Amino acid sequence: MVMAETKKEQQTTTHKIGIYLWIWGLLFVLSFFSYMVDWLQFQGLLRWTLIVTFMLLKAGLIMAIFMHLFWERYALVNALLWPMTAIACFICLMVAEGKYTVFTRLFYFVVGG
Amino acid sequence: MSEQTSINNNLPPGFKGLASDFGSDQTAFKGVNWGKAMMWIFLLSDTFIFSCFLISYMKVRASLVAEWPYPSEIFALEVGGVPVPLLLIAIMTFVLITSSGTMALAVKYGYEKNKKLCGMFLLLTALGGLTFVGMQAFEWSKLIFHEGVRPWGNPFGAAQFGSFFFMITGFHGTHVSIGVIFLFIFSRKAFRGDFDTGKKGFFTSMKSDYVAIEILGLYWHFVDLVWVFIFAFFYLW
Repeated sequence: MVMAETKKEQQTTTHKIGIYLWIWGLLFVLSFFSYMVDWLQFQGLLRWTLIVTFMLLKAGLIMAIFMHLFWERYALVNALLWPMTAIACFICLMVAEGKYTVFTRLFYFVVGG
Repeated sequence: MSEQTSINNNLPPGFKGLASDFGSDQTAFKGVNWGKAMMWIFLLSDTFIFSCFLISYMKVRASLVAEWPYPSEIFALEVGGVPVPLLLIAIMTFVLITSSGTMALAVKYGYEKNKKLCGMFLLLTALGGLTFVGMQAFEWSKLIFHEGVRPWGNPFGAAQFGSFFFMITGFHGTHVSIGVIFLFIFSRKAFRGDFDTGKKGFFTSMKSDYVAIEILGLYWHFVDLVWVFIFAFFYLW
């Protein structure tokens, strides 16, 4: 049974070396781009859009290709990605919460209680 | 044995497979190596821990009235008397991505049963991880001994900077260190041919299999993945 499983793994997880080298190169380029965002001192919305885009692209490439999630069983992919979506929602909630906290702080420090 | 393979070949793909996998008994992830599924579930729980750190950092930083220390200047390196912003962090990022690439190749050559190339790429990955930990130690000692950053305060600005920096990068560095130890062990096992002969491991006493290298690879890529988020949220913000 172990042998059968290994055979199955080989069929599904061995890929040509080219795809790894391509993704490797892309990761280098994307990292270089996100470093350039800081180097060129982009500020405000442009900075954040670029940083988050490069970050998500890198994370997606690593998970899909290097971690073989693209070829994985759909049930496993869903069991992993939905909790991560919940984390993303949590981040959005906490951004709103942070804005509210700093607003009340500034309000009471400046206007008084 | 024949039953297992026939199940694997008759599995429905896509949404139908998703429904039938979760609606079935015994195992939820049909045809997925159990070690791989368990590593993924461990990594998901680890994702939650790292998210807690990063989200609490983000929340505190966003709600502070005091000025947050400017990472671009704090993590600058002097090259010929000129400070280059974030140079050390950029080098660390490239080292970690390089080691991620060598790890992917190690997994590939592992499945091709090429024990020499597999072991060599595992060794390269371990050396990359070791370089990363070394540079992190350098960065920490620079901040602690030369610039006086402490978990309770620092000379640059908001007092919370130190505690979040040491907590987040320290937890990540611990993961890298554990990974390096296992990479060295697995490299030795690969060179010795344990994965070909199915020699029993010293700890679990289970038969060695090249799947183990993919599982270790999942862990190592995850360490790289977390660094992508730390790099974006801690250093580039």
